[in-house]
Amino acid sequence: MRGVWKLTLVEIKLFLREPMAAFFTLVFPLMMLFLFGSIYGNKPVAFFGGIGYVDTAVPAFTAMIIATSGLLSLTIQVATYREKRILRRLRATPLRPQAILSAQVMTIFLMTVLGMILLLVAGKWIYGVRFSGNAVSVFIAFTLCSLSFFVLGFVLAGLLPTARTAQVAAMVIFYPMLFLSGAAIPLEVLPETLRNYTQFLPLTHVVTLLRGLWIGDGWGDHLTEVIFLTAMLIVGLVVSAKTFRWE
Amino acid sequence: MADCIIIEVKHLRKVYPAVVAVDGISLDIFEGEIFGIVGPNGAGKTTLIECIEGLRKPGSGFIRVKGKDPVKDGYALKPHLGIQLQESALQDRIKVWEAVDLYASFYTHSLDQKILLEQLGLAEHRDRPFARLSGGQKQRLFIALALINEPDIVFLDELTTGLDPQARHATWDLVREIRSQGKTIFLTTHFMEEAERLCDRVAIIDHGRIAALDTPENLIKSIDAENRITFTVGIKENFQPESLSGINGVNRVETRGEGFIVYGRGDELIKELVGFLTETGIGFSNLNVQKPNLEDVFLSLTGREMRD
Repeated sequence: MRGVWKLTLVEIKLFLREPMAAFFTLVFPLMMLFLFGSIYGNKPVAFFGGIGYVDTAVPAFTAMIIATSGLLSLTIQVATYREKRILRRLRATPLRPQAILSAQVMTIFLMTVLGMILLLVAGKWIYGVRFSGNAVSVFIAFTLCSLSFFVLGFVLAGLLPTARTAQVAAMVIFYPMLFLSGAAIPLEVLPETLRNYTQFLPLTHVVTLLRGLWIGDGWGDHLTEVIFLTAMLIVGLVVSAKTFRWE
Repeated sequence: MADCIIIEVKHLRKVYPAVVAVDGISLDIFEGEIFGIVGPNGAGKTTLIECIEGLRKPGSGFIRVKGKDPVKDGYALKPHLGIQLQESALQDRIKVWEAVDLYASFYTHSLDQKILLEQLGLAEHRDRPFARLSGGQKQRLFIALALINEPDIVFLDELTTGLDPQARHATWDLVREIRSQGKTIFLTTHFMEEAERLCDRVAIIDHGRIAALDTPENLIKSIDAENRITFTVGIKENFQPESLSGINGVNRVETRGEGFIVYGRGDELIKELVGFLTETGIGFSNLNVQKPNLEDVFLSLTGREMRD
């Protein structure tokens, strides 16, 4: 057990030392918040259903962090570790396979949580962000969304042969989804016709679920999102269990 | 050497879709010896060592390491094994001390990290990230990770590949040092010279089979190859190379440029030749003796050069 914690601790240190990963998970969302926060402020407006822009941006950018963590960081990390035979070296120790993977998932989850906390603190402190939901519900939803996207990362890393192709595939999926799902740009801004299509994106479900619970919706209002993300998690687990390779 | 078998392999076979990597290998490794598997790239060395380490499932056959099955009893066995993998890496930004500290945490028993880093000449690089280490330093770090749990058996797969000669010699000293602590060492290499200098016993493998297995000396003796002695003389015209033919053990003499090459066999050959040359007072120099080596053994066993 000591080994898993140590590995997680080392991975967290390495994550924070890696400028690209740390930037996109921790710094970039804050930059977005400050940029759009300074443009739109946080006055309640009818356009956002009686709340302010930042009130919608904090849960939406949280969705962005989840997608960055699962699709970019985790995919690239797992594929690279496999390619460089780092995973194989770890397998040569008494550490169990599930412990090796748990440490990776725990690391990325904690970093995602840290990204969300930074957003929350900045939102509260600078823009007085309003929260009218249930904190426990939001955290449970956050965890579900994170895990279902992390599994996606494992699926991509498993299906694609090299770290390079995994990275390219992850980016091809990530960037359009980022802008079409309401994570980077509010859904309300997108034209109606476009929204008819983008409502099926996994990240749209994350945005809708987090924004909904944020303003106090009940779980019953978001059964579609919960079912979709849970199904994605289960299917992803099955696929990644079949496709995951240590070398 | 204690005659206690620590690794036992019987009729091991491992087939990949395109190739038979290991084709019926049987081996006994004794406690405290340095055992080497040599052979060209693709001969099946890594597959063999990884099956014994428990990292790969054998197709068929029987493996016991310290009396345990490395696949079934892998987790009971791993605390007693030190493994260095071929072409492995660590995370780019992990520091030397962090890597050693991390791997130490995977075992219930581990060595003093400070002393280990000092022994391996890594103490002054302890804060350096993995990506910025030289090839030799990386290999020394991998040795440190393989030794951290004070294993009984140390597996070294192509340890010196990619190292410059100086680093290679330093690594050999290190391996001898590890053995002197009573550990058994199982290594693979495609450098015949490395096997010859380092190993107590060597198995030459080719196409997944053992072509020969013995001490390096016995293997070399077994092919009964000629020694090759070259030398030059002061005034070439004063010397009749045919006069050497009378010496015991000389098979033939060739004139090559400024010098002469004598081919022959026997332990007394050099002594007799030098004695003869001294007696004639011809004044010879640049005497060079090339004894047959494992390279020649491989050539005579397989009919091919080792070079890929």
